[in-house]
Amino acid sequence: MSFEWPWQYNFPPFFTLQPNVDTRQKQLAAWCSLALSYCRHHKLYTLDVMEAQESPVFNNKKIERKLSMEAIQVVFEELRKKGNLEWLDKNKSRCLVMWRRPEEWGKLIYQWVSKNGMVNSVFTLYELSNGDDTEGEEFHGLEEWMLLRSLQALQTDGKAEIISMDDGKGVKFF
Amino acid sequence: MDRFSWSNGLLEINETLVIQQRGVRLYDGDDKAKMDVGAALLSTHRLIWRDVKNHECCIAMPLSQIIFFEEQAAGIGKSAKIVIHLHPAPANKEPGPYQNSKYSYIKLSFKEHGQIEFYRRLTEEMTQKRWENTPVSQPIPAGPQAGRTRAVGIVGIERKIEEKRKETDKNISEVLQSKSFEILKNVSWWVKISCTGPECKMVEVSRSIANKIKEKQGDISEDETIRFKSYLLSMGIANPVTRETHGSGTHYHLQLAKQLGDMLQAPLEERGGMMALSEVYCLVNRARGMELLSPEDLVNACKMFESLKLPLRLRVFDSGVMVVQLQSHSEEEMIASALDNVSEKGSLTAEEFAKLLGLSVLLSKERLLLAEKMGHLCRDDSVEGLRFYPNLF
Repeated sequence: MSFEWPWQYNFPPFFTLQPNVDTRQKQLAAWCSLALSYCRHHKLYTLDVMEAQESPVFNNKKIERKLSMEAIQVVFEELRKKGNLEWLDKNKSRCLVMWRRPEEWGKLIYQWVSKNGMVNSVFTLYELSNGDDTEGEEFHGLEEWMLLRSLQALQTDGKAEIISMDDGKGVKFF
Repeated sequence: MDRFSWSNGLLEINETLVIQQRGVRLYDGDDKAKMDVGAALLSTHRLIWRDVKNHECCIAMPLSQIIFFEEQAAGIGKSAKIVIHLHPAPANKEPGPYQNSKYSYIKLSFKEHGQIEFYRRLTEEMTQKRWENTPVSQPIPAGPQAGRTRAVGIVGIERKIEEKRKETDKNISEVLQSKSFEILKNVSWWVKISCTGPECKMVEVSRSIANKIKEKQGDISEDETIRFKSYLLSMGIANPVTRETHGSGTHYHLQLAKQLGDMLQAPLEERGGMMALSEVYCLVNRARGMELLSPEDLVNACKMFESLKLPLRLRVFDSGVMVVQLQSHSEEEMIASALDNVSEKGSLTAEEFAKLLGLSVLLSKERLLLAEKMGHLCRDDSVEGLRFYPNLF
């Protein structure tokens, strides 16, 4: 299934940061949703700002427009404010993209657990993300840091507890 | 050098400028003339020389005075020259800077080069002898005493103005005989602004011209139109409000604002209700002729529009561009038209929009920016320039 670009992607002004405040808000909202859906479609979890500039998301070769570095930073900052992005370094050159926030992932995992009646059982993290049982689930193949974050979120809600095991980490659902 | 006579530097009716060269020094024979460096002008009828600093200082001689001329190459520390040998001055010659001269030739010394082209054009004119086919209008004697006397200072300037006006009078009556139609709209405006003054006579003349033209509706050469326009422009405002007549300060600006209000109405309507302040400045000063306005005074006067309840407004755009606009000129309409135009074309740059509306680029850009500010348009700022699109966001 190929990625479906939003209509804005072929609209040249989309690639210029709009000076009008209202217009800019709408523009940024569109950028955020495009960036997230793109990452989701391609299962991207980390982004490099330098690379991002060359990626098709921010560079539309067909209409010969690309989003400037500054504008990309603005979009990323907007994503960070919404809780979908975290910087990995102080220079803001690499970031984690969370097209689903940890709480949302946690919820998905917990739904699966309770649906399969496995509350009160213990899983290894590997089992959850790469096990045969979870195949076909959305969180299958989730990166470990992300998985850990989601489980931590569940833990704060009191729905799970992360346990340290000899060969890595495990989790118990309540 | 005694062949030269004083001139006002203006070309006559049938005279056209052929070439002009800066940085030319005159020599009376082999001696440096007592004048500074200036510009040498060659017309179809005359050789004219004008002082570079003092434009009032201008001398001319008819080309028919020339016997022959030759080039003198440049040397070390010497500029190239053209030596012009001349017939003796006619007895009825008007006065010039030299009463008499022991030389029968002059030299043009080209400090800033250009002698080659000047020489070529001079040769052309001398072979064509265009002055013989199209004689210039005969100058009318200025006053009872024959021949003009050179006066300095204010008297001189006044006399010069008087002369110029007489000439204009005559020229207009000449144009009267030819046909013209394009000028009408301009005439009406100029008539309006000058009919309060003591120079009403002038106005009458131009009005009658306007009527005649209206009747004839014939074709007129572009050349004539332009010339006639320039005459009308030089008439201008008959009794301009000046610091002398109205003192300085607020009162002066108030009066000035009223006058501006009257004279700007028509040109503003013609230009779609808005003019850049710089454009207004040029227009006003052209109309005033002598009593020029300073930019500050103009701005101050424009600021008075509102308190005087005049139908004009000074408007300052966010970018700092100042314009004078008609009060009736509504912003909503302006924005709506900008949006319409952009929607129709898909996208527009300020230049394209300007062409479409016949506005200046500066003003058309302000309109687009305004529409953008109101959220109707959005921009695409790329290497190809700034384009505006309908705001689809």
